[in-house]
Amino acid sequence: MKDLGNETLVGRSVQRTEDATLLTGRGRFIDDLAVSPGTLHLAFVRSPHGHADIRSIDVAAARAVPGVTTVVTGADVRRLTRSMTVGVKAEVECWPMAVDRARYVGEPVAMVVARDRATAEDGADLVSVDYAPRAAVIDPNATLADDAPVLHDSLGTNLINERRFRYGDPETAFAHAAHRIGVDVVYPRSSCTPIETYGVVAEYLPGEGAYDIAANFQGPFSIHAVVARALGVPGNRMRLRTPPDSGGSFGIKQGIFPYMILAGVAARLAGSPVKWIEDRLEHLEASVSATNRVTRLEAAVEPDGRITALDWDQIEDCGAHLRAPEPATLYRMHGNMTGAYRIPNLAIRNRIVLTNKTPTGLNRGFGGPQVYFALERLVHAIARDLGLDPLDVIRTNLIPADAFPYRTPSGAIYDSGDYPAALALAVEEGRLDELRARRDAARAEGRAYGIGFACVVEPSVSNMGYITTVLTPEAREKAGPKNGAQATATVAIDPLGTVSVKVASVPQGQGHRTVLAQVVAEELGLAVDAILVVADVDTARDAWSIASGNYSSRFAPAVAGATKLAAARLREKLARVAASQLNIAIDTVAFRDGRVVDGNNPDNSVSFARAAAASHWAPGTLPEDVGETIRETVFWTPEELAAPNDRDEVNSSLCHGFIFDFCGVEIDPDTAELRIDRYVTMHDCGRILHPAMVDGQVRGGFAQALGAATLEEYAYGDDGSFRTGTLAEYLLPTVHEMPDLLILHHETPSPVTPLGAKGVGEGNCMSTPVCIANAVADALDSEGRGPDLVLPITAAKLSGLIHPDEPKPSEGVRPAETDKAVGGGRKLTGTGAAEVDASRQEVWDMLMDPSTLDAIIPGSHGVRKVSDTEFEAEVTLGVGPVKGLYTAEIVLSDMEEPEAVTLSGVTRGALGTGQGKGRVTLTEVEGGGTNVAYAYEAEIGGKVASVGGRLLDGAANVVIGEFFRALATHAGGGAGSGAFSRMKVRARTGLSILKSMIGGSR
Amino acid sequence: MPRMKAGETREIQFRLNGREVTVRVAPRDLMHDVLRHRLGATGTHVGCEHGVCGACTVQVNGAPARSCLMLAGQADGQDIRTVEDLCDGADLSPIQAAFRDNFALQCGFCTAGILMSLDALFARDPDAGETAIRDTLSGHLCRCTGYAPIVRAALQARDSIKGGQTDA
Repeated sequence: MKDLGNETLVGRSVQRTEDATLLTGRGRFIDDLAVSPGTLHLAFVRSPHGHADIRSIDVAAARAVPGVTTVVTGADVRRLTRSMTVGVKAEVECWPMAVDRARYVGEPVAMVVARDRATAEDGADLVSVDYAPRAAVIDPNATLADDAPVLHDSLGTNLINERRFRYGDPETAFAHAAHRIGVDVVYPRSSCTPIETYGVVAEYLPGEGAYDIAANFQGPFSIHAVVARALGVPGNRMRLRTPPDSGGSFGIKQGIFPYMILAGVAARLAGSPVKWIEDRLEHLEASVSATNRVTRLEAAVEPDGRITALDWDQIEDCGAHLRAPEPATLYRMHGNMTGAYRIPNLAIRNRIVLTNKTPTGLNRGFGGPQVYFALERLVHAIARDLGLDPLDVIRTNLIPADAFPYRTPSGAIYDSGDYPAALALAVEEGRLDELRARRDAARAEGRAYGIGFACVVEPSVSNMGYITTVLTPEAREKAGPKNGAQATATVAIDPLGTVSVKVASVPQGQGHRTVLAQVVAEELGLAVDAILVVADVDTARDAWSIASGNYSSRFAPAVAGATKLAAARLREKLARVAASQLNIAIDTVAFRDGRVVDGNNPDNSVSFARAAAASHWAPGTLPEDVGETIRETVFWTPEELAAPNDRDEVNSSLCHGFIFDFCGVEIDPDTAELRIDRYVTMHDCGRILHPAMVDGQVRGGFAQALGAATLEEYAYGDDGSFRTGTLAEYLLPTVHEMPDLLILHHETPSPVTPLGAKGVGEGNCMSTPVCIANAVADALDSEGRGPDLVLPITAAKLSGLIHPDEPKPSEGVRPAETDKAVGGGRKLTGTGAAEVDASRQEVWDMLMDPSTLDAIIPGSHGVRKVSDTEFEAEVTLGVGPVKGLYTAEIVLSDMEEPEAVTLSGVTRGALGTGQGKGRVTLTEVEGGGTNVAYAYEAEIGGKVASVGGRLLDGAANVVIGEFFRALATHAGGGAGSGAFSRMKVRARTGLSILKSMIGGSR
Repeated sequence: MPRMKAGETREIQFRLNGREVTVRVAPRDLMHDVLRHRLGATGTHVGCEHGVCGACTVQVNGAPARSCLMLAGQADGQDIRTVEDLCDGADLSPIQAAFRDNFALQCGFCTAGILMSLDALFARDPDAGETAIRDTLSGHLCRCTGYAPIVRAALQARDSIKGGQTDA
């Protein structure tokens, strides 16, 4: 008999046990933890180039900085580690730091270890790297071209893997179909960017030959094997610990593992523990990104909208290296490529390509956003092409309730659900009819209002074998099967009879400790706050496995489930102990209010602690078949997660939740601002363990999806320069962008998890971007498909769609040109002219004289004449918050003294690079002055372009103005403003790249 | 404050959560680094280091300020308050309790900054309406909650501070 009062604990929104600590500032995040005395600090030198050979690295100046102890380069890393494991069979090396060649902006090139972070950064500024830039490629289609620059010579191509799959008979289905309808989708890069960045503390123990590394890593712990192998130590010499608290992850903190390796190497070479906390620019440009993908998706469709086959062609862009666990983003969805629909035939072509961008990794939704954007845009297109209602096309194709458990053609087993019922409930409670009436009313007034839909199957609890679907069945056979999703949980009792729970879960803020306390308290008849839960991991001490960690929404179905099983096992044993102590039959034992009682006679009871602690104090009194009650560890892996079979069918995830979203949006005719009028999201995540936390997961996931849909993009220049290096460029939703949400639930408990729960945290990242896009398409084109929308759907993009003909700027306004540069960097061009009080020859001589140039170039620290036509300059450039020292090499050509000269050159510095060309023409004006006319074309890359992109045009303007003021002053035009007032600067931007790059403030 | 050179350090004194503290700082030392790593007040978190995310918000003489955009030297002689000072002994303050009641935090990393901003808002304007609350919150990025529970918590906190009166 169970205690009925306690049975309702799970499913209630109890207060979070985490909150009192976090709210009072007593959380223990990685940067809050005490470190050993003598711990040193690490700073990185990173590539400013998207693609460049590293000719040499001069570390002498950095080593000479007082407080700098060690400088580590790629050569050291290559010597002390092994190439990281790559997820496909390919002739390619994957180092955590650039060795000989840098392949993306932000790639680590050197590390400086020093007594404190600031000194380490001082040292990093002085590491001089001689780069030979190469052509870069950032587009997944372009990287497949024959003449594309190849990233890895050993591979000889940027196509690192290709596989084709065929399920059912797609060819016949297409041949017989009434319609063949397709969509082309370009899905961009974005990231869930937690507010806490990466952090690592690493130590090498030479006596043990072991590494001891603390990191705010989130799992999967299969990565532990990758790190141990890379560091060249046995698994038991690679101790990995995670801090008690982590400031969000959403998948991203999986990508910290290359830094574990690097910090380990740095600690080994420095002979001291080292600590590194990532800064925001490092995080945005070089932590990890979701993949960008190009998809062609076609459907064989009957006249009633029924889809009989799908044909996917996906090009997945994993960036510069195929880093573990990639290409998992592409294969996680493999079992559910037919979504929520009963589609019997399926063809898939998957190509994985490399480009000069940050390597990709886990990110909330992981593969789902890319797949469902294509699939649900297709459903919208089918409806519009055939003149049907999109909702009717969805209904026609939904998997019916009686089909569960449903096996998809590619092998997923959808465990439970009633999609039509959930959809009907959402239409009813979300008042779709009324929303349609709002749309009609809005349209009658000429307003751009649209409604969009999206249906999604949300997979959770990844099969650790799904990634091997990337291998051929023969290669899999050779490598041996991989499968399962081993979850571990320990419930322990101490000598005072109190209960602790330990799981290898690594929460990143979700409240896992609370839910586990709920689950165990319910099982053992205790109060929630009587249970202590530890959820961080120490691989040297804890029960863990490769599937451990916090990803693929595995907590509620797998981790909480395993904990329930461990608690149940302990309860069963404790019941025997108590039955013997109370002298009653086992089946009358009940656990309630901290006591174990005789269900038939509540006066006959013993305290829980007394029954529980007997194993410690009096093991001899225990019934013989009990053993002990000190500790129960459960390892749970579902048998449904089999390895992919020889037909490439794979149950890629254990659980499959369902989401149906619809929304109404309106586009402002003047500002092109997108307003979400109503958003309804229906979820079936199986049994809900804690309603408030599920609500939090849905809202949080929606907010990130809203960002991906309307604001966020990791933007790159064609040269690989990274354009969104601050949170002022990479825009996240604030409270003002969040619409109200109507969240609905339709629970069909999972039959394959101990608690009936499924994952819930990622679904809106999959459904919301495409739901919004479908609504926008409907708003822009009420009859047809609408334009091919590429996320993020910003006001700027919408403005281009609703106002195709931008009005010309007013007279006299000439915006700075920032179109594409030849080399792909951020391009600045401009022309202008000024008059100065000097003859042509005098101006000419000034431009040829290093001491004059030194005096008039803003920020110059010295100009040296190398030859008659070559100069070198050192200048300080400041753009916005970023200020740094640059060296510039300037070459003069096409010299027509005293009429014209071309200046071309290159600047390099810790903060970026620039190159360009300017033509200066001198003509006499009446009255004795000289007109200096100039035209320039310049290109800027590196950190300056990443963090100062928005400021560059204005900064160039200021710098050039300063240059002319100084030139006029120097030409004898009198002091400051007087001379300046005689100049007629006819353009907002001026002179040359050299002036803009070498100028600055002083 | 006299002009200092790189490498030079100087002793500054300020009030931190009601106690006088003295600390030697270099010109480039940032406020959050001194609070966290020199004075052990690790409740203030650093999210972006360029003034956008708001996680590092503290109060300077009662007004919210980004400690990542503040040099430690600027604290000399000032009254600094951080999240550690919000609760009275073991009891959560009304704002903290409201956050717990409404599940207005998940990872808790951005929370200290939000609490300090709201505390300053309610000190200045106990009747702050939802618009003012949202405007204050718009200076903070939260990646976990989707903001709705934070708005609810702020409204509850305002009412609770005023003694249960409602004024929406």
